[in-house]
Amino acid sequence: MAVLVYIESEENKFKKTAYEALSYGKALADKMGVKVSVLVFNCSDTESLKKYGADKIIRIDNSDFQKFSSKKYSHALAEVIKSENSSVVILSSSPDSKFLGAHLSGITDASYVSNVVGIPESISPFVIKRTCFTNKAFSSTEMIDGLKIISVSSNSFGMIENFNDSTVESFNVDKVDSNQKIIDIVKETGSVTIADADIVVSAGRGLKGPENWEMIETLADTLGAATACSKPVSDMGWRPHSEHVGQTGKPVSSNLYIAIGISGAIQHLAGINSSKIKVVINSDPEAPFFKAADYGVVGDAFEVIPELIQKLKDRQ
Amino acid sequence: MNILVCISNVPDTTSKINFIENDSKFDSNGVQYIINPNDEFGLTKAVWMKESNAANVTVLTVGDQSAETILRKCLAIGADKAVRIDCDAKDAYSVAKEIESHCQSINYDLIICGRESIDYNGGVVPGLLAGFLDYNFITNCVSLDIKDSKATCAREISGGTEISECEIPLVIGSQKGLVEESDLIIPNMRGIMMARQKPLEVIEAKNVSAKTSDKKFHKPEVKSEVKLVKPDELDKLIDLLENEAKVI
Repeated sequence: MAVLVYIESEENKFKKTAYEALSYGKALADKMGVKVSVLVFNCSDTESLKKYGADKIIRIDNSDFQKFSSKKYSHALAEVIKSENSSVVILSSSPDSKFLGAHLSGITDASYVSNVVGIPESISPFVIKRTCFTNKAFSSTEMIDGLKIISVSSNSFGMIENFNDSTVESFNVDKVDSNQKIIDIVKETGSVTIADADIVVSAGRGLKGPENWEMIETLADTLGAATACSKPVSDMGWRPHSEHVGQTGKPVSSNLYIAIGISGAIQHLAGINSSKIKVVINSDPEAPFFKAADYGVVGDAFEVIPELIQKLKDRQ
Repeated sequence: MNILVCISNVPDTTSKINFIENDSKFDSNGVQYIINPNDEFGLTKAVWMKESNAANVTVLTVGDQSAETILRKCLAIGADKAVRIDCDAKDAYSVAKEIESHCQSINYDLIICGRESIDYNGGVVPGLLAGFLDYNFITNCVSLDIKDSKATCAREISGGTEISECEIPLVIGSQKGLVEESDLIIPNMRGIMMARQKPLEVIEAKNVSAKTSDKKFHKPEVKSEVKLVKPDELDKLIDLLENEAKVI
């Protein structure tokens, strides 16, 4: 019986969401009265994981696992689960981790719950809270006995420091046969991605045309935020599909979501509802988004945004 | 080439979400059901592949008789055959097991599931199926091209797109981008008439037990009233975000 946390990394660096997954894993392990181990693929410096409470750091250093592959990683995880006798596996909610979670649960015949927003209400029976109906509701979900896999929703638990002088172990896995190979990775320009962002600046039809997005990008840069857009904006081709957030687009669970010129259709609200603080800037005081917002400015975006950028810059 | 498209019957995106029986069950009263949007992108792609890949397209759902309405719609869109596995969908695991058992009698080269359903949002079924069947798996799939037995796929990753190649059989999790929203096939009268003649097979379920169950649903707490800041007092907004909400 132990908790195992998968630590996602990119180019030898751990993802912020991985620290959150570990913080969650540590809290869960404490509640269950068991140890928490972490699994790291091909990362040489694991020092920072001690800070978040790992009891044991398991390293797989093998060039066969250089790039993420859900099949290879699932098989390696399955081996570690067996050897560690893990009862719960924790993953983040990044695209790769959710990809892995579903695949791993198929390979290991485990129960899997994604979009989890809190540590279990009870351990026996194992009942856990998750979002459903695209953030319009929560469910207290019971997971049956046996191996359990959990994806923790981003920014729902936070990173909690809890120093532990972890031991480090190497783990050997055999090569996993796969005919799947990555030919190319195309990275978008723009520094912050919606999935990793603490702050998201999003704009809608109120911006009138793609040529007016410069101020949105400047505001995002000033705040270190990712940019996003509403569905009509991506449908009209003003912005790429990858920026579309909402029920049929990307989900957002940032700490701060700033919506500019977005009326707040029910499908849009559903996709962004798990963000903590919502600021709405809209010239229409009747826009439904104001009902879902924490803070609002009724005003013309073309006047408010440049002024807001200036004021933020003055403060820095 | 045999393609299976797994279809989820979900409440329309504008539905009000309410619960009954002591908050243990979704209230479907007055709710309009639609094809899960992520599945619909996959279905249109599959119908295109009838021409490009001489594919035969089967749609499948796990559910009771009320789900047949959307299966008929799938047939009208262009699927050749529909299958309904007759049982209440309990959870992702039991649904995936039912689909797996159907897939053991027919060899599908490509299985398309929506990336996730818009009701339970688990995103689990495609991965489970790939794991059970030992098929290759790509989710968040935004492009797919199959020539002979080789598939070239693109998937959305954090901050970009990853392009990969693999052999079929393959399971994909489809989403917007695989086909554009404007390309979604809307059934015409001819399609609707033809759908009536197409086979809709009902299969007995294996009744696999679930691994997860929803014990109780909760609705988010009602938000407190929005704090409005005048457009000429933006310093106040910055101050609130910095010192009250502590998010910047």
